[in-house]
Amino acid sequence: MDTIIPHAIEIKNLSFSYEKEQVLTNVNCKIDVGSYVGIVGHNGSGKSTLLKLILGILQPDKGKVYLFGKDNSVSIEWSKIGYVSQKAGISISHVPITVDEVVKMEKVSDYAVDEALTSVHMLKFKHKLLRELSGGQQQRIFIARALVKKPQLLILDEPTVGVDVKTQETFYELLSRLNTEQNITLLLVSHDLHTISHKVKTVIQLDRKTYPYNLTSCNVNHIHSPYAAAH
Amino acid sequence: MLIIFILPMQQLTELFQYEFMVRAFWAGLIVAIIAPLIGSFLVVRRLSLIADTLSHVALTGVAIGLLLGINPLITTMICTVVTAYIIEELRSNERISAESVLAMILPGGLAMALILISLANGFNTSLITYLFGSITAVTQQDLWIIFGLGIGIAVIFILFYREFMYTSFDEESARTSGIPVKLINHLFMILIALTVSVAMKVVGALLIGALMIIPVITAMQIVQGFKKSIVVSVGVAFISMIMGLIVSYYANLPAGATIVMTSISLFALISILKRI
Repeated sequence: MDTIIPHAIEIKNLSFSYEKEQVLTNVNCKIDVGSYVGIVGHNGSGKSTLLKLILGILQPDKGKVYLFGKDNSVSIEWSKIGYVSQKAGISISHVPITVDEVVKMEKVSDYAVDEALTSVHMLKFKHKLLRELSGGQQQRIFIARALVKKPQLLILDEPTVGVDVKTQETFYELLSRLNTEQNITLLLVSHDLHTISHKVKTVIQLDRKTYPYNLTSCNVNHIHSPYAAAH
Repeated sequence: MLIIFILPMQQLTELFQYEFMVRAFWAGLIVAIIAPLIGSFLVVRRLSLIADTLSHVALTGVAIGLLLGINPLITTMICTVVTAYIIEELRSNERISAESVLAMILPGGLAMALILISLANGFNTSLITYLFGSITAVTQQDLWIIFGLGIGIAVIFILFYREFMYTSFDEESARTSGIPVKLINHLFMILIALTVSVAMKVVGALLIGALMIIPVITAMQIVQGFKKSIVVSVGVAFISMIMGLIVSYYANLPAGATIVMTSISLFALISILKRI
């Protein structure tokens, strides 16, 4: 008998508003394990709100989010989820924190830290100060921190903001490798539709002009980027 | 600062013949440990002004204590802890910026203290002791409270180091690590409030913030690594405290001010040496 594998993320009839402003209305979405999905949309389209709802930071007005089959309002298995916040690097420029210390914010062994840094090709920078690294290198360290607990789902919020084009290429290669080699489900949020659509396997576009109050229904396996199709 | 090198050993030991001086040293050393521990995360969070805010609120606590005739250290702790809780609640709902919250509560604390002083019509001298610190004012009872709280703060700091660190650097990611961020933030605020209360008698309410921050930024100039910077900052605070107390005793200067000026001198010295 076949066993049913739960979706990495399942969103059912999700609605959310900030006081009087309706941000998301009746969103439905399923993201399979092993997917590589990009959520794109302009500023204010609801990308970050959707991410916060998925992570349980915000509570929806209506609807449910399931992570690996479990209702996120009841409990979240954080060991399965890695998250790279947009604000990850904000507090570091004035503090002498080393790369090693950043990754060790997760409760893990030294061996696991080395392993995670190796997977992002940053082991040789282990004892360096984070502020001495470039924006792209810092982003790799934050990914290493998210990877150190061996998550099955990796969520990244605007990971390439402030990173030059060349570094972005290397960065997306890394993400692609994590997705194909380690079968990590990737969910990427970005305002840059053009770049994202070339990189990820599936795109969810949040655009209130195109889809009033965002998408009302989607199964991401059937939504593909117009850009990706053209190439 | 040179006095400490010039003084013969005999004169230094003479210091400790006075019980109040022994108490001041013990209290000072405890403060020198806990102030930079907490201060390190205040620097990370860019919330250095919170210590100053709570120290002004502490004055209200002192005024209440003097008014009611109970140990002001106890009323100060209650006042600062309650205020710390309110600050965190206001800050975390993101409708009012942390800076604005502090800008409101700082003068509020001072204003309340002034009203209470005016109502009591009397204890101005005692209040000045708390404003600027006084080594002679540390009683045996104060020392026991400072000692107990100091150990408590240090133990909680060590137990929750990772949680404080992760939450201070990146609150959103800390949440996805399973850390109860709200609880940790409240706990941290309580530790700040208690540290301010503990340090007030020795350094003075208006000068506590300096002792929490200056040793930390001094240490951050000379070491690589956050944990190392915490250890070095405790060392810097220790040196500032000991030298400050000795200088203040022999030069007949206010202790809190001398301790703070010593720590600023160390900061300046290290800054200059780093540039050479």
